[in-house]
Amino acid sequence: MPQFEQVVVLGGSLAGLRAVEALRRRGHDGRIVWIGAEVHQPYDRPPLSKQLLDGTWTADRVFFRKNEGYDALSVECRFGRRATALDPTTKIITLDDGECVPYDGLVIATGAVPRRLPGMPPLGGVFTLRALDDAIAIADRLSRNPRVAVVGAGFIGLEVAASCRKRGLDVTVIETLHVPLLRAIGETLGQAVEDVHRDHGVALVTSRSVAALEGTGDVTGLRLSDGSLVEADLVVVGIGVTPQTDFLGGSGLRLNDGVLCDSQCAASAPDIVAAGDVARWHHVGLGESIRVEHWTNAVEQANAAVERLLVGPEAAAPFTPVPYFWSDQYDVKIQFVGRYRPDDEVHMLERQNGSPRRLVALCATKGVLSGALVFNRPAIMIRCRKLIAEGATVEAAVENVRSILQSGSQPKP
Amino acid sequence: MKIVIDFDVCQSHGLCTQAAPEVFEIRDDGFLYILDENPAEALRPKIDKALRECPTGAISVEG
Repeated sequence: MPQFEQVVVLGGSLAGLRAVEALRRRGHDGRIVWIGAEVHQPYDRPPLSKQLLDGTWTADRVFFRKNEGYDALSVECRFGRRATALDPTTKIITLDDGECVPYDGLVIATGAVPRRLPGMPPLGGVFTLRALDDAIAIADRLSRNPRVAVVGAGFIGLEVAASCRKRGLDVTVIETLHVPLLRAIGETLGQAVEDVHRDHGVALVTSRSVAALEGTGDVTGLRLSDGSLVEADLVVVGIGVTPQTDFLGGSGLRLNDGVLCDSQCAASAPDIVAAGDVARWHHVGLGESIRVEHWTNAVEQANAAVERLLVGPEAAAPFTPVPYFWSDQYDVKIQFVGRYRPDDEVHMLERQNGSPRRLVALCATKGVLSGALVFNRPAIMIRCRKLIAEGATVEAAVENVRSILQSGSQPKP
Repeated sequence: MKIVIDFDVCQSHGLCTQAAPEVFEIRDDGFLYILDENPAEALRPKIDKALRECPTGAISVEG
């Protein structure tokens, strides 16, 4: 088992925090240097598009470890600093102020950066949403009752739209594909999410892209690919993220839309692991390399990556989670567990548009349960997560879930 | 050890039921139920895992 004098954790968000905590919990008693690009103390991102925008929370509620603080972790924090280079041969990280930080163990958890609309002029009122400062700036604009346009009907965009509707603002969502969330959950299920938004008064414009931003100084509207104009004083662009690997360009580490890792979250140079949005690892259960941009993955992968770092490749387990994500939109808790593939069969077991809105849909790859989407059915989601982990056939899963729905009884673990 | 849940922030993600099924259960009404408010000390590693994995920080432990 390797012993490290100095472990560096790159990344000051959820995966970085959980890595620092895991290092101490698992008995690393050497130094920890923790480097984060933002000046803020680590904070939780899910509320940024929800409670911070709909006005139910103020910014002070999003910070992690509000009560216990960081003293017990005995960690040297460098927030507001970013890595500009990594040399895995000399084991030295260079920071943006020129400082060289040596490591003998390294956790890369630098996350991802939002994509921007290409070739657009820098106008006021146009935002991406990733950081706390973005959310604070958008919330400030929302208080002036703007007409809102959201570019991209992914999770962030749809959550922003829902938060704006909660405030009674007019919202137009523009999506290049013909249905929201197509890549994440497919056509049938994307349509179900679209219905939720249309029923709540969102103007959803699909199969069109943004050709130009209109305005001088501040944005006044968006010109779409069909020539139509969407008037807007606030534009939020949610068209996905790119893993933050800029600083690794000259490092020789293998990169492929993220830091390429083996099944145990180890990168391609010694004593380096990666976790969270930036890590692409080989999931042996799914038989493919995947990158997951969700909250629970950051938590679980940070833990797995630190285990690998501290115990070495012989003793570490492969990281094979059942992916899970959720999205709260209006009064609908949307949960998806598993992994959707474009040729999956979809079995719709429940769909109710009244109040409460409910949906239960199972996805199957070659007869095996691969995923489940539910609206306001957390207990079914938990059951499906277990069935997916067990490799249940879709027939068995359908029968199992139907029996719960029909009896109205609680599922037993 | 006493388990305390902040039901105002719990959103029934149910990751705790996976980490410590002896203590936490989400029923079909969608709400979290505590099966054992004062669990045995031997369950502490599982409960610590539930605490770490809760997306809303709804779980705390006294003692």
